[in-house]
Amino acid sequence: MTNHAWLLLGLYLVILLLAAKPLGGYIADVMEGRATLALRLGGGIESVLYRLCGTRREEEMGWLQYALAILLFNVLGALAVYALQRLQLWLPLNPQNFANVSPDSSFNTGISFATNTNWQGYSGESTMSYLTQMLGLTVQNFFSAATGIVVVIALIRGFARHTAKTVGNAWVDLTRITLYVLLPISLIYAVFLVSQGAIQNFDAYKDVTTLEVTKYDNPKLDAAGQPLKDEKGNPVTEPATTPTQTLAMGPVASQEAIKMLGTNGGGFFNANSAHPYENPTPLTNFIQMLSIFLIPAALCLTFGRMVGDSRQGWAVLIAMTLMFVVMAFVAMHYESQGNPLLGKLGVDMSGGNMEGKEARFGIDDSGLFATITTLASCGAVNAMHDSFMPMGGFVPLWNMMLGEVVFGGVGSGLYGMLVFAVMAVFIAGLMIGRTPEYLGKKIEAFEIKMVSIAILVTPLLVLAGTAIAVMAADGIAGIANPGAHGFSEILYAFTSAANNNGSAFAGLSVNTPFYNGLLAVAMWFGRFGVIVPVLALAGGLAAKKRITPSAGTMPTHGPLFVVLLIGTVVLVGALNYVPALALGPVVEHLMLSPAN
Amino acid sequence: MVTGIAQAVFPAAAAGSLITKDGKSVGSTLIGQNFADPKYFWGRPSATSPQPYSGTASGGSNQGPLNPALVDAVKGRIDVLKAADPDNQLPIPADLVMASGSGLDPHISPAAATYQVARVANARKLPSERVAALINAHTQERQWGMFGEARVNVLLLNLALDDTPGK
Repeated sequence: MTNHAWLLLGLYLVILLLAAKPLGGYIADVMEGRATLALRLGGGIESVLYRLCGTRREEEMGWLQYALAILLFNVLGALAVYALQRLQLWLPLNPQNFANVSPDSSFNTGISFATNTNWQGYSGESTMSYLTQMLGLTVQNFFSAATGIVVVIALIRGFARHTAKTVGNAWVDLTRITLYVLLPISLIYAVFLVSQGAIQNFDAYKDVTTLEVTKYDNPKLDAAGQPLKDEKGNPVTEPATTPTQTLAMGPVASQEAIKMLGTNGGGFFNANSAHPYENPTPLTNFIQMLSIFLIPAALCLTFGRMVGDSRQGWAVLIAMTLMFVVMAFVAMHYESQGNPLLGKLGVDMSGGNMEGKEARFGIDDSGLFATITTLASCGAVNAMHDSFMPMGGFVPLWNMMLGEVVFGGVGSGLYGMLVFAVMAVFIAGLMIGRTPEYLGKKIEAFEIKMVSIAILVTPLLVLAGTAIAVMAADGIAGIANPGAHGFSEILYAFTSAANNNGSAFAGLSVNTPFYNGLLAVAMWFGRFGVIVPVLALAGGLAAKKRITPSAGTMPTHGPLFVVLLIGTVVLVGALNYVPALALGPVVEHLMLSPAN
Repeated sequence: MVTGIAQAVFPAAAAGSLITKDGKSVGSTLIGQNFADPKYFWGRPSATSPQPYSGTASGGSNQGPLNPALVDAVKGRIDVLKAADPDNQLPIPADLVMASGSGLDPHISPAAATYQVARVANARKLPSERVAALINAHTQERQWGMFGEARVNVLLLNLALDDTPGK
């Protein structure tokens, strides 16, 4: 890794932690309803909203009621996105007259954006109308992010409260986090993006006359509109020319802001944050990286504040940061090494593996972005992960396999990490033979059952889904690259879907009924198969007494606990996935070695 | 609401940073174009389909690092570069033979631009110092000395070349 890479990483961490501290305190204020300036300013809007929906803000919910509200909210969200896509041809703001999206793709995208996955089987600029992008996808970007945050807030209340029956009011929580945190930051952020060159308009696509006429091979189509193939199965093409270039337009910046801030990651365009209209400059790239980790980092400190011991929040945040630095190093190192197969052809590989990367970002900013976007369940990409070196591509895959708990998605990362924290104190308790406790709450059979479900549901979905896909003809048909890399593509798809990340080894053709259906199932249960047990855990904890720590209590804010927590996360990830990883990127890396 | 603010404060950027020449749009400073003529600087290989640099089909090749198709494609691009300038002994810049992520990358590295100086100067009958000076004038350093990489905007460089007398 170069000095520049270290410097970049160091600067990133400093700014991140400086920004996370005040934001973490602010979120705690908002969620606990303290009379901040924002709550006074927005109180009027809040009251109107509650009156319209018939919400009584003082009425608190038990965990089950809270979970049902969250489920209802997200089912409605998924249905709205589905309906917008199926009807977009007859709705306004569709200057390109895009047809209604197919049922299986609409279903997949509806689930995808409701679960904060933002997996994209479609290509944005050739599929979705502006209305679908704005009212469906952008709105859902806010709501799915809000969902993640309020679930972790409910869990934190479970730790903080003392023999309580309730964990908060889901509707009030959702409204407040959207109104006072997500919306204001997104607004400023979007305007900043436009200032750098991100587009924001409702114009039809624009034709420009290029300096040079482009010559290319156009695939011939048969009468049914399918590409013709010769005897060998290669597509038949005819020479063609075009004097123009059509530039896709749209309300990009407003979607881009919440896409990063809410760790959504679903791009307006197919190329996502590699597209110059989404991510125009190296500066926007840096800010995009910051905004992915901003709320997940801040929430750790919100957690510390709300349980009344800020050291608890810092311990979790430090554990996350240490794991992040290691993975960032691996990704940037292997990408900067370049591809020895191409080096043999005489290509200068001192600049690293540039396939699928943008010249303005280069290796360091692409490797760092890939690490961040997969540790957080964001899934936006500024370079094509499919073309990363085997060990460079291993990093995003492994990051997701850790369960999206190292920073992770907004809210979901912290509740995932707290689940691991409970597991860690349980393991420590077993070793020394004491009833484990965390933050003054005794961890007993019910809690461990919920924790186990939350930890095991995603690996089950990933491994079962991958197994089904590699055995089915429809699954194999989507593979783009030969050999071990093809297996990695499928493994990556299910890992990304079940962990609600949304990035891809994008060579895999996934816009088929087979993948759209199967991946939607993985996304839905990967999200709510965790949220429901987490809320049950919150309810169980809230009902308990908070006992004061004694001499035998293991402190959960020191270095020992940080190490224990990292060990638990890595161990669970490794035990679940090492065999699968060995068949994919590890084999590929070994195959590359003799070429050196 | 964002659209309103954006278009009021940054109208050109919100509309796509378009370049107008002789009254018509000739492109965007942010979106690359396809160049194959020896008298122009060439940009990154583009994997968009069916034509390269398609503004409505952004994306990369998604070829894995060990994919024989990637190796063949790079070989082909090297052959084209060598055929256009057989005497060139400079090392082949990686970004000139490896496709970008968006397929619309407007930039190349300064090394990739320098690699093409002899060919462009020859085709335009310009002194190569003149062409190299144009590259220098169009090289953007790392933003704030820290972010991204040094780069040259290919379309702007080619527009400047067209405006340079002495063809």
